[in-house]
Amino acid sequence: MLNRERPEHPDITLDMWNIIDDIITENQQKPGALIAVLRKSQDVVGYLPSVLMDYISSGLNISKSEVYGVATFYSLFSMTPKGRHTIKVCMGTACYVKGIKETVERISNEYKLCFGGTTSDRRFSMESVRCLGACGLAPVVVVGQDTHGDVKADNILNILNRYE
Amino acid sequence: MPKLTIDDLKRIKQEKSQIFALRMGEIPFEKTRHVLLCSGTGCHATGSLSVMDSLQQEINQQGLSENVIIVETGCNGFCALGPIMVVQPDGIFYQKVKPEDAKELVESHFKGNKPVERLMYSEPLAKKKVIPKLSDIPFFSNQLTRVLRNKGLINPESIDEYIARDGYFAAAKALQEMTSETIIEEVLASGIRGRGGAGFPTGLKWRFAFQSKNDVKYVLCNADEGDPGAFMDRSILEADPHSVIEGMVIAAKAINAHEGFIYCRTEYPLAIRRLQLAIDTAKEYGFVGENIFDTGFDLNIEICQGAGAFVCGEETALMASVEGKRGMPRPRPPFPAHQGLWKKPSILNNVETLASIPQIILNGSKWYSSVGTGSSKGTKVFALSGDVNNIGLVEVPMGASLRDIIFKIGGGIPNKRKFKAVQLGGPSGGCVPEQYLDTSVDFEEIVKVGAIMGSGGVIIMDDQTCMVDMARFFMDFIQEESCGKCTPCREGTRRLLEILEKICEGNGEPEDLATLEELSYVIKDSALCGLGQTAPNPVLSTLRYFRHEYEAHINEKHCPAKRCPALLKFEVDPERCKMCGVCFKACPTNAIIWKKKEVAVIDKEKCVKCLTCFSKCKFDAID
Repeated sequence: MLNRERPEHPDITLDMWNIIDDIITENQQKPGALIAVLRKSQDVVGYLPSVLMDYISSGLNISKSEVYGVATFYSLFSMTPKGRHTIKVCMGTACYVKGIKETVERISNEYKLCFGGTTSDRRFSMESVRCLGACGLAPVVVVGQDTHGDVKADNILNILNRYE
Repeated sequence: MPKLTIDDLKRIKQEKSQIFALRMGEIPFEKTRHVLLCSGTGCHATGSLSVMDSLQQEINQQGLSENVIIVETGCNGFCALGPIMVVQPDGIFYQKVKPEDAKELVESHFKGNKPVERLMYSEPLAKKKVIPKLSDIPFFSNQLTRVLRNKGLINPESIDEYIARDGYFAAAKALQEMTSETIIEEVLASGIRGRGGAGFPTGLKWRFAFQSKNDVKYVLCNADEGDPGAFMDRSILEADPHSVIEGMVIAAKAINAHEGFIYCRTEYPLAIRRLQLAIDTAKEYGFVGENIFDTGFDLNIEICQGAGAFVCGEETALMASVEGKRGMPRPRPPFPAHQGLWKKPSILNNVETLASIPQIILNGSKWYSSVGTGSSKGTKVFALSGDVNNIGLVEVPMGASLRDIIFKIGGGIPNKRKFKAVQLGGPSGGCVPEQYLDTSVDFEEIVKVGAIMGSGGVIIMDDQTCMVDMARFFMDFIQEESCGKCTPCREGTRRLLEILEKICEGNGEPEDLATLEELSYVIKDSALCGLGQTAPNPVLSTLRYFRHEYEAHINEKHCPAKRCPALLKFEVDPERCKMCGVCFKACPTNAIIWKKKEVAVIDKEKCVKCLTCFSKCKFDAID
């Protein structure tokens, strides 16, 4: 455990704090490790609440402004909680040409969801991602860990129904 | 485990020679078959893992486990037809295999020696003619695979299989028999130019870094494949990760670096897993780490994961990101060859470039430059996607024509639609219309028609694509990904986007076109990095070839491709409507009123303008 007081946060459990301490200790001496620490911490908590970023800042001895600057620069990092299932919509060119826009509209209309948003029951979050490199399957949507190909406006709702 | 010597490499290659003769279909079938099942990202998504399970189960049940071996290979490249599998030595290619097909495959093909025709590939153009053998399918037979030579052939998680395909022989040669100077000479003579987009001669880059005096130098691999529509680097990393690592060992020896980083996109989890495994086994074998091949040369390689920023594909931004900072480019000079990562001399090479290096060292520069054009040597991997029948990765000699790539290998445009344009080079590239399809693809020729080679994304668009909307799409992408450091890119791309949105919404004014052009040239001239300088290309190239579409949007408030909802009437033309009811069935909001033998009518109150009916109607009857 790091020799530091842990702030209270409803979304961060004791176990999570322990893992985060390990992540910080592992990377303390490593130059350039901030992005990796933020990524691993986000994997643990699900997002980056500001108390967590402050905690990382003092743990790595990097200024708060730098941590916040990096966290807001990269699209991977989120400062708001996510839904149980994250819908990642590929907005690459191939998916666009193949009609991902219509798919997105169908999701938005059904779940009242925009990019970066989460449904009120925290069932889904939706994010746009840059090309996933699965252009052969375009249009592509990733729900949680599952990649779905050929996702047209007609079949997206059936796919999402499988995720409770 | 003791480190391997060159004799060990030869022994492993010898031991596996029979297996590879079989897998390449060079020896006739006796009793053993290898089932090469694609296990790339694309085929995983379409279910190749469950196909493997049920196939293995069926093979075991039929008592064939001795004679039928399933091999998980890396990405085969023909992603749209996944899950893909090739049975050798028969050479049979199966597509879209489902777990339920396992029984039939095993009974009919593996037991009865009668291949299953319904799972074979059929020619999209020639009346669905079935082509059983991989080597006869035009998509494969018209390619020349060098960088992709191991795709669909080796198990990427087995270092021995890579060695059996001459793996690490080049690294041994470079370290034991060559000096930095002779390596650089060989790479220079091969004429290879960076495959990441800019096309800078690789050997020259290495020479600059070699000449830079410093105790600490870095060799970096750019695996931040950000261009939407390009997935060759992902495929190489998934199918043949050791080729990239071997390329890095040779590059490190050339410039005398002992630290290496592979900067890989976090969006490619499978590639990262296989790379890490490859680094670990290469370390165990003594090809990475200390005293490689007993020559006293050390090299450590680490993976550095990106965090989702397109601009990090730019070299100085990538290096800032490896340092844990915001990925913002900086002005050059100083160039990275003098001051790169942590202000030390560094080289950054693309995945495809590094994967080409071992073969250049092993086969010589003459072999490499025997194909290609005057200024662009070797082969290039292109990622075909969009409105084309054969979606996937193709490798052809530099200088092949766009027409051959799209029609001969790509199989043409699906659904009997017409070719409209091909987008080359990602968001920094341009759209090339039909009259330039005979352009030979090399670094210089492509620029002449207003596009760039870029990383090799080839996105084909049919006549249902609106070019103004495409320009808007790219500008939306670029302004989102602009890092914000320099004003021309941050503000300029936003203004370009606003004008394009205005045109798409039907509020365009005639003077907008001149403003678009002027602003584009200002951004090109004044932006800090490659991202900004090339950002206006999609606008300029569509203005150059499809100006009439812009004018139709502005003057007639009409979108010829029927993609911009604000310019559509959402009315069915009774003359063209064939009363088939397809639109009625497809409409998600029940906004279409239709009965048998009646013209469909759209209820505008219920219509959400989703364009589903437009894409479904085969008769172009909705305006």
